[in-house]
Amino acid sequence: MNLTINGTDHTVDLPDDMPLLWALRDGLNMTSVKYGCGIAQCGACTVHIGGEAVRSCQVALADVWGEITTIEGLGTPDALHTIQAAWIEHQVAQCGYCQSGQILQASDLLARNPQPTDEDIDAAMSGNLCRCGTYPRIRAAVHAAASAMREV
Amino acid sequence: MGRARTIARRSFLIGSASILGGVAFGAYFVTRQTPNPLLEGLAEGEAALTPFVKITPQGITLIVPRADVGQGIASTQAMLIAEELDIDPATATLDPGQPHQAYFNGTVAAESLPFPAWENGFVASTVRELMGNVARLTSSQFTGGSSSVADLHETLRMAGATARETLKAAAAFRTGVPRADLRTENGQVILPDGTGIPYTDLAAQAAAIKPVTDVTLRPASEWTRLGKPYQRLDIVAKSTGTQDFGIDVVLPGMLHATVRANPGRGGGMAGYNADAALTMQGVRSVVEVNEGLAVIADNTWFAFQAAQALEVDWLPPEYPASSAEMWQALINARTDAFRNSRLRDDGDVEAALADATVIEAEYRSPFLAHAALEPLSATVLVEAERVQIWTATQIPAVVRDAAVELTGVDPSRVTVHALPAGGSFGRRLDHDYVVHAIQIAATMPGTPIKTTWSREEDMTHDFPRPLHLAVGRGAVGNGRVLAYDLDSISPSLVSSWFGRIFIVPPGPDTLLVWGAFDQPYAIPNYRVTGYAAPPMMPIGSWRSPGACSNSFFHESFLSELIHAAGADPLEERLRLIADADSRRVLEAVGEMSNWNGADIGPGRGRGIAFAHTHGVPVAEVIDVTMTDRGIRIDEVWIAADCGTVFDPVNAEAQLTGAAIFGLGHAMNCELTYENHAVQQTNFHTFEGMRLHQTPLFHTRLLERSEQVRGLGEPATAPAAPALADAIFAATGQRLREMPFSRSVEFA
Ligand code: FES
Ligand code: FES
Repeated sequence: MNLTINGTDHTVDLPDDMPLLWALRDGLNMTSVKYGCGIAQCGACTVHIGGEAVRSCQVALADVWGEITTIEGLGTPDALHTIQAAWIEHQVAQCGYCQSGQILQASDLLARNPQPTDEDIDAAMSGNLCRCGTYPRIRAAVHAAASAMREV
Repeated sequence: MGRARTIARRSFLIGSASILGGVAFGAYFVTRQTPNPLLEGLAEGEAALTPFVKITPQGITLIVPRADVGQGIASTQAMLIAEELDIDPATATLDPGQPHQAYFNGTVAAESLPFPAWENGFVASTVRELMGNVARLTSSQFTGGSSSVADLHETLRMAGATARETLKAAAAFRTGVPRADLRTENGQVILPDGTGIPYTDLAAQAAAIKPVTDVTLRPASEWTRLGKPYQRLDIVAKSTGTQDFGIDVVLPGMLHATVRANPGRGGGMAGYNADAALTMQGVRSVVEVNEGLAVIADNTWFAFQAAQALEVDWLPPEYPASSAEMWQALINARTDAFRNSRLRDDGDVEAALADATVIEAEYRSPFLAHAALEPLSATVLVEAERVQIWTATQIPAVVRDAAVELTGVDPSRVTVHALPAGGSFGRRLDHDYVVHAIQIAATMPGTPIKTTWSREEDMTHDFPRPLHLAVGRGAVGNGRVLAYDLDSISPSLVSSWFGRIFIVPPGPDTLLVWGAFDQPYAIPNYRVTGYAAPPMMPIGSWRSPGACSNSFFHESFLSELIHAAGADPLEERLRLIADADSRRVLEAVGEMSNWNGADIGPGRGRGIAFAHTHGVPVAEVIDVTMTDRGIRIDEVWIAADCGTVFDPVNAEAQLTGAAIFGLGHAMNCELTYENHAVQQTNFHTFEGMRLHQTPLFHTRLLERSEQVRGLGEPATAPAAPALADAIFAATGQRLREMPFSRSVEFA
């Protein structure tokens, strides 16, 4: 099966019904995509398919309908995405395990809504659990990223 | 200046290897130098100037032995060394090191003693020092109890200073310039003419000379990094998906495994049939492990699927089958036969209650899972005479010892690669998941195997926070609290957890009554009694163990009495507390929140609670509003005093994170049992707090306390009682049982 991930083509030899999450983590060693619950309750496994944030634990390999973007596709330590820069500026991460998913979810939100209110952020981001409780800084970083992106 | 003297006295004990000196107990052992683990395996031209600093021609490595489970301690440890060493810590390699006696933890051992943390009399401090030495002798190296900063802040700065002065001595030896005329800056020794010699160039010379040990620590006024806002060293990695956690290990030829254990923890197995599982795609084998079975497969998903296909005949464990029976066992244990401690007994409670109208209330706190977002995982490679373990753990020495016990290899042949954890909250103070991984890998020597627990397994086989029951009896008069009697009942966490990991310390279980017996109130008739109920399933340490339940009981009941007395909740607390640090945080939180009583208008309510845990007094004020979708927490004010703050940005995150942890679980979470098994097995029934429930936070750290303490836990305990108090102010309903969602709706 062929997958396009962050602009690069990959081939995996795995069953159709295997969740994309595990194909990425164990099949392709892309471990930035995290396993947290396996049942769409935590958002740690969030990736973009065709630009839209989805829970990769809920997408069967055979159903992948477009290009996949993981956090590496957003930006890298040497070339940060604006949202990642805001996350760093606001020192959001504690353990950091949820943060790839949080950032990809925020990027989906900001693509659709460049100036979200607190309520918009709550609505878009409440499916992403953070057991460390970084929520106040997530809110601040989303607002900061939104204004930085509007300025560009 | 008692503090300066303490440092000076210690400084002569700190050499290239000896980390902390002890004086009183077992002196001939204790004062013997602790060997420096870095000295083994050094190559030509490399120097291990202390157990925490290694310098080679290629670079500088800082050993940061306390585990980073999200609290940011890897960075803080590096900053503490860097401040004295004069390096940019971002240019150094951070290494958690191997388990070693040099990295023991004395603070937690000292805090398990039956003295309140604010009590600093001669007996309390002497016994604390003795316990610290015992911990050192027994090599108890672990991360927990918010102890890392308290335990290591002087040690790490000393390590940096020792290394710096030794490098200067090496430069002096090389150049003939006296050491006193040299200074250091940014990883270099600077000569009077401004020429710099990089530390890395001096490594060989430094290794050859006697380390300089007569160093003194720089005063806070000279700090350039500590106490200033700085970036966590892991923040870029954690914002770009480039941080590898324990669960992310990838090794060549690695296989994957998962475990299916008896849902009744500790029950055995009468038999099993693995035929169906073994025929499934990608399955290599099914092996027996502690408490159940494991599947080894080509990837984690195949292993998960096959684990579900195992047919197992589980035997029931010995503990009661249902939550109802467990509560009954606690109720039954409130008798003299189960009495474990009475660490607070001031005045004459019986007499005071005999003459008064007694106010009585019962409180309950449920079992809770740790449920760190990263499920438990460990990767192990067993080879002939060698074992390597990659995992996130708070107890690396215990993990090493388990490998020795299970495989028979020599301890020197076990390598523990300690990795950052995606949360822990106390769960990684146990090592059952690593034991599984070792047992699994031992069946396929030469093949690295990563064992990952499913979320369901992680929650079913937690060592949960124990259920806890309390009964308060009290009396008021003339607008004051006159008598306060609290019975606190729970299975003994100390016997369960310490029994699994170390040894059960003698004496009463102080954790059972932590957050209750040790609060700095001077109520005239005041008593706290602990009852240890019979053991149930094995239980564990959960962010501020004991106190996370006891503070809810203690503060809630105090609020009930203050209300009955008609007093103001903040003012009466101030009248009852003499401890200056504690008074200051209460005054601060009052000022921050413009405290003017609990009534803040119709449909709203304001609550307050105070707790002194882990040596840190914390006061929290919470405002709530009734909405048509339920109760909404609007704002939270937190004032705390942990003494000197080394890492202010992270300190604020720990305060809010700990409060969110306390609030989210108090609102939404419990584990209940049916047929011996946990009924909440994933986040759909165990959520904690989510973003939409998160209030606005205001925090203040006073930095007035003489004691330097950690902040990973202290703000957890007062969160639940402050919220209950706010809900009472808004609704008139006193919530005495967590989770509060049993009684009210939250927006
Ligand atoms: S792992 Fe997919 S939502 Fe939790
Ligand atoms: S930072 Fe730890 S789970 Fe979000």
